[in-house]
Amino acid sequence: MHLNRFRKFTLLALLTSAYAIPAFAEDMSSSSFSPDMGKLLATGGVSSVEGAAGGGITPWALISGYGTRDSYGANVHYTRLKTSDFSLDTYGAAVGIMDRVELSLAKQDFEGKDGPLNGLKITQDIFGVKVKVAGDAVYDQDTWMPQVAVGAQYKRNKGLSGIINAPVTALGAVKENGVDYYASATKLYLEQSILANLTLRVTKANQMGILGFGGDLHDRYKPLVEGSIAYLLNKNWVVGTEYRMKPHNLSADNEKAYYDLFVAWFPTKAVSITAAYANIGSIAAPETMNKDDQKGLYLSLQAGF
Amino acid sequence: MIRNFKLVAALALSMCASHIAFAQEVMAPATSMAAEDSVYADFGGKAGISTIIDNFLVIWKADPRISKALAEADVERLSALLKEQIGQLTGGPEKYSGTDMKTAHEQMGIRNANFNALAEDLQLAMDKSGVPSRAQNKLLSKLAPMEHQIVTK
Repeated sequence: MHLNRFRKFTLLALLTSAYAIPAFAEDMSSSSFSPDMGKLLATGGVSSVEGAAGGGITPWALISGYGTRDSYGANVHYTRLKTSDFSLDTYGAAVGIMDRVELSLAKQDFEGKDGPLNGLKITQDIFGVKVKVAGDAVYDQDTWMPQVAVGAQYKRNKGLSGIINAPVTALGAVKENGVDYYASATKLYLEQSILANLTLRVTKANQMGILGFGGDLHDRYKPLVEGSIAYLLNKNWVVGTEYRMKPHNLSADNEKAYYDLFVAWFPTKAVSITAAYANIGSIAAPETMNKDDQKGLYLSLQAGF
Repeated sequence: MIRNFKLVAALALSMCASHIAFAQEVMAPATSMAAEDSVYADFGGKAGISTIIDNFLVIWKADPRISKALAEADVERLSALLKEQIGQLTGGPEKYSGTDMKTAHEQMGIRNANFNALAEDLQLAMDKSGVPSRAQNKLLSKLAPMEHQIVTK
């Protein structure tokens, strides 16, 4: 039976949920079906730019939402990143099931604001799955073991619009769709009030997929490293920094690493706000004649339970 | 690429360093620890901890998520044991004289959400007494692993 990539991915997501649902259904008979909002504040992370829970620019091993292992949670998010020459709006939703499986959907709207690419729009849809496979970031304080999760992000670039209508392959990418696979290890060191995360990702995506997948320089999966370190100021405020390696598949785009410095505020379990100063490197520089690193403010709002 | 590698290596190294520092601090099992006078002082010593636990029980009693458990408990004994336990865990001279966490809780059918609700109420009591966040987290780092013994459902 030949399955195209999207169907394979949907099957993977369904099998992952099926793994969680029988235990969940059994538990439903003994507890209320309403969400328990039982996880501790901030332990669902924030919504990253690709929709997965974690930091702002990289997924963590934490499962989205405030549902404990006996329940579920969900949230919606909106994020805006504005640099000197571009803007990136992402919005989406995520569901956390039994604090073990996470499903997310995000839409990215990228728009050129300055120079030759002024008015160029590129959009992308991302469907994410994440499964916690070992450890617990909060309770395993007495061991070295981190919380570990594996995940995949199915990305579908919807093409260019605005000043030009074309598939993203017109910019040099080999494909319009791609799947990123990753593994994350997250550990909360309450003794030091520090959280650390390490993510290993294999991807072919150019600028997360906004410039398509693969290119004239490379068209194979590359392993890349992403890391976050955060300090817990108190139970409502977290500050931190993140780093994300990027591939360089297109000669037309001098793709570089992303960095950010963030502060996240969790006033209640219903809402969180994250502000960051982000540097996403230069984008499509030879075409824009713009070698400047794209730096700017990132603002994200998440609401849910 | 070299620049990226150095940064990644630094990140990985700092994670290893924090692992090692962390491992050295928790070589002793969670129920006893080396004296940390500053944490005990941050909690206000014996009197401060007594106030925190008194407030904690008031907050717990008013918390609809878990108040039922307190209604079924011997509150005076619980209060005395909590004061001993928190005193010991924050580096004071107190010694916990109760049963182990597993035995003490195994008949109660406690869920993860109940455990977290209790932790939240304790945080409120510590906030009320002005215990600094860093000190609160140090206590929580000793209490958190108890989840594995306390939560049975």
